[in-house]
Amino acid sequence: MDYQHWKIERDNDDICWLHLDVADSSTNVLSAAVLDELSEILNEQAQSLPRGIVFVSNKKSGFIAGADINEFTRVDNYDDAIAMINRGHEVMDKIESLPCVTVAMIKGFCLGGGMELALACRYRVMCDDRATRVGLPEVKLGIHPGYGGTVRSILKAGPMAAMNAMLTGRLLQGRAAKRMGLVDDLVPERQLLSAARYFVLKRPHQRPLALKDRIMNHRLLRPIVAKQMRKQVAKKARKEHYPAPYKLIDLWQKYMDRPRLMLKKEAESVAELVTDYTARNLVRVFFLQEKLKSQGNKKDFQPQHIHVIGGGIMGGDIAAWCALRGFRVTVQDREPKVLAATMKRSMDMFKKKFKKDKAAIRDAMDRLIADHKGLGVPHADLIIEAIFEDKDVKQSLYKNIEPQMKDGAILATNTSSIPLEELASCLQNPGRLVGIHFFNPVALMPLVEIVRGDNTDDAVIKQALAFGRQIDKLPLAVKSSPGFLVNRILMPYLLEAVEMVGENIPPEMIDKAALNFGMPMGPIELADTVGLDVCHSVAHILSEAMDIELPKKMDFMMEQKKLGKKSGEGFYKWQKGKPVKNKDAHYGNLKELEDRLIFRLLNEATACLREQVVDDKELVDAGIIFGTGFAPFRGGPLHHIESEGVQLMLDRLNQLHQTYGDRFQPDSGWQQLS
Amino acid sequence: MKPRDVFIVDGSRSPFLKARGKQGPFSASDLAVACGKPLLLRQKFSLDLIDEVIIGSVMPAAHETNIARVIALRLGLAEHIPAWTVQRNCASGLQALDCAYHNIHSGKAQLILAGGVDTMSRAPVMLNDLMVNWMGRMMAAKSLPQKLQTVAQLRPAYFKPIIALLCGLSDPIYGLSMGQTAENIAYRFGISREQMDAFAVASHQRLMDAQDNGRLDEIEPIYDGKGHYYDHDDGLRRDSSMPNLAKLKPYFDKKYGKVTAANSAQITDGAALLVLASGAAVKKYDLPVLARISDSQWAGLDPREMGLGPAYAMAPIMQRKKLKIEDIDFWEINEAFAGQVLGCIEAWKDESYCREFLGLKAPLGEIPHDKLNVDGGGISLGHPVGASGARIVLHLAKTLHRNNAGRGMASLCIGGGQGGAMLIEAATEAEA
Repeated sequence: MDYQHWKIERDNDDICWLHLDVADSSTNVLSAAVLDELSEILNEQAQSLPRGIVFVSNKKSGFIAGADINEFTRVDNYDDAIAMINRGHEVMDKIESLPCVTVAMIKGFCLGGGMELALACRYRVMCDDRATRVGLPEVKLGIHPGYGGTVRSILKAGPMAAMNAMLTGRLLQGRAAKRMGLVDDLVPERQLLSAARYFVLKRPHQRPLALKDRIMNHRLLRPIVAKQMRKQVAKKARKEHYPAPYKLIDLWQKYMDRPRLMLKKEAESVAELVTDYTARNLVRVFFLQEKLKSQGNKKDFQPQHIHVIGGGIMGGDIAAWCALRGFRVTVQDREPKVLAATMKRSMDMFKKKFKKDKAAIRDAMDRLIADHKGLGVPHADLIIEAIFEDKDVKQSLYKNIEPQMKDGAILATNTSSIPLEELASCLQNPGRLVGIHFFNPVALMPLVEIVRGDNTDDAVIKQALAFGRQIDKLPLAVKSSPGFLVNRILMPYLLEAVEMVGENIPPEMIDKAALNFGMPMGPIELADTVGLDVCHSVAHILSEAMDIELPKKMDFMMEQKKLGKKSGEGFYKWQKGKPVKNKDAHYGNLKELEDRLIFRLLNEATACLREQVVDDKELVDAGIIFGTGFAPFRGGPLHHIESEGVQLMLDRLNQLHQTYGDRFQPDSGWQQLS
Repeated sequence: MKPRDVFIVDGSRSPFLKARGKQGPFSASDLAVACGKPLLLRQKFSLDLIDEVIIGSVMPAAHETNIARVIALRLGLAEHIPAWTVQRNCASGLQALDCAYHNIHSGKAQLILAGGVDTMSRAPVMLNDLMVNWMGRMMAAKSLPQKLQTVAQLRPAYFKPIIALLCGLSDPIYGLSMGQTAENIAYRFGISREQMDAFAVASHQRLMDAQDNGRLDEIEPIYDGKGHYYDHDDGLRRDSSMPNLAKLKPYFDKKYGKVTAANSAQITDGAALLVLASGAAVKKYDLPVLARISDSQWAGLDPREMGLGPAYAMAPIMQRKKLKIEDIDFWEINEAFAGQVLGCIEAWKDESYCREFLGLKAPLGEIPHDKLNVDGGGISLGHPVGASGARIVLHLAKTLHRNNAGRGMASLCIGGGQGGAMLIEAATEAEA
């Protein structure tokens, strides 16, 4: 019989190779259709049982990327959800209960539902290349594994390792996966087929769970361990914002003694989560991320050499990041002393990224060239300028390098405050100047703003967006208006926080109010971290353009030379890289503080929509989530307004307007929301 | 000029970093890659056009076998470009240039990246034969009693390491240390301790002057990824003086000798790389030109006086090209030992030596000290054996260029009793 997504092949050893090649898709996902076909195939194979079944992917992109997330969005009630989950469970159970050997041959990504399928097999063999990763990242979508992955991963890897992997959702490289016991063997690509065949023919003994894992799994110990786990999770995510990890811990604590029952409870738990507010918004964020990815097409630009001017923290980290992503990079600064610091930061980044892979670290360092003479300029396909914010200095630099630049090479500036049009005016070919605005710290912030000046060529914008994808960032095209999108929206929120400090509200309470809303870091701590001098200068430029009044507290801090983390004191005192917070700080109405902070941000977001700083509503939300960390479970500021009810929110804003004055004047952009 | 003429187009080197009793901050390939990266960035031709990479190296680390290939790949050169490593002890770097010179001259190649590197501070420390054999027995022992028996055979002497650096600096035939060969030369020509020390002081003064007046622009700064950078030869002693040097005790012939650590070359890490091109390539890719290589020569002599090698290697070139001493504007004779360089000068002045050993009818005359090693040498900036030959040729080419001078001679003595020399001449792009 012919199938749409699967190809069946039986070889001379009577091994059945099940090739998954999902039709009309570049990646394999376990959609309903794929699972239904698999179910039929397994029935058919059970009729004349092969010696073993090996699951193989025919996609270059990987094994199986997971369940079909699109299907999640179509489920809006518990009954449909549990039906969807149960269908997956049935197929996995069927794989597990086959009387013949089953092997998953994993090359490339094997995530979520794909990993759960692999875990339902008797054996897993994994390719040892860098692109192959396994993991159960469901928690990032506000759910937990739902095709039996909770039970089966714990049975294979033990509760500590498996729960850690599921609670963090992190992806595992081969060595980690093998060490945990999630895969049975790790082999080079050339031995993958032989290894799969070996497991079918030899059926080696399976490693039993280690004694310590069995102890941890004991029902008397589980409540204690679970308590610790909850404590750890609470540091990263609050239960009221992110229920999934807590439900996962409950599941293990209550049902681990009865795996069959735990499977059933897992399905129920996921069915509840999938229709919940958090999961819906996190799935939305997932699609927003996909949308940002689709902004740039890697094929539009394939640079060989990137030249970064400015070896400071931004320039240096941009250069290091590009080298990390495989590009040949020259980083220019006049001072070898500065470059020495740049190379150290780069080395630290590579070590963090590549861990013990010394060859990878060496290769990245070899790709990164400290260039105090600017020899890289004529070789570069893209030059990124990241020197200090001074129009005249930038212009004289541009005038100097433009004649040396290759034909067709792009000049990008990381400026966050000087209008592109002013900078471009000194160029022979102003169309080649584009803004590529990175956020600090470069290695952690996923967003880059691609700034379109009045003169910027369309082709150059396209190439800059492609470059964003080439370095594995999320590129967002923005208009060249003051503050672009992210800084502009962040600024009123930060200024409101500073205003509150001026009203003698304890900074600890201001930060707490923001955390209550779901921000990853409070505004005061953020301002201290970024540096008050940086905030001050950005605020100044923005205030001129946007007619915002700057809090007096800001100038006062500057006069006192309290610049935040870098000077040891800002709004907080900083010790060993951490702010010293007063545990006794108190303020009565935290909700009021939360609203003051958040509504200024929301109001500015509507202004950006109205002014079309980015193309549409979704991109406003995407930019703010990935650029500022704005509470992801709320799905973005504009989405938040709409899901709470536009009129209700506007009423509250009007209230704030009456109480606190014109900085809460609703923008006319609110009318575009529904 | 002809298409097969060989030109030095460009070159860079690392700072030479003195070994300070522990492994230096960079591996040999690190040093070569660090100076090679800016060198290649300066080139106008497509790097895929490079025909081969040739590197001289005496003591590459165990994980850097055929270090030339390691360097080529780490520099990002295409996989199709072959790379090979040459070894002629102290002149390995010169050997690499000579191989490149011949391959371009014969028409086999147009563009070659050649040079030398050594990290003396990282010379291997090896197990001795007793230990190696014991380990073999241990591996062969199967049962526990056998193993215990073998363990019981372990003796303190088994742990005595072999220091590869010391072996490398001893003559394998006569067992003399290189310093002792310099004592032999001093003995033959009656060179005094004071002459040697004065030569050493001058070496430091010249290097100091070169550093202070920017005559070492071939040095590229190197970064260690730990926040440090190195941008100059750190073996320079600015306080070097006759009274200071007089305090040192003889190092090789203890008590009665003349050769001290201060009038010998330093133990140093370093790398130097050059781009050599055919006349045709210079023309085709419009390359700048530093100098033209016009001749080279290798010679053998008594290993016990290996330091006189330059006298033997330079003489045939002088004869072939019918040159007198005053026809050479600048000389670079590698400073392995002050006594050995002074010995070469004496040999050329000595009528009977010239006749008996160099087969010359008349002495060649005196190489003027003010044209010899004008910016310092091995004594002040160190002698990373594989790199020195490439360094002196590069610096000589730069010196000719800077002074609009006509001819320069570079030469090294070679442990084991050899000498190598290369004659280069001023050239311009128009010639090619």
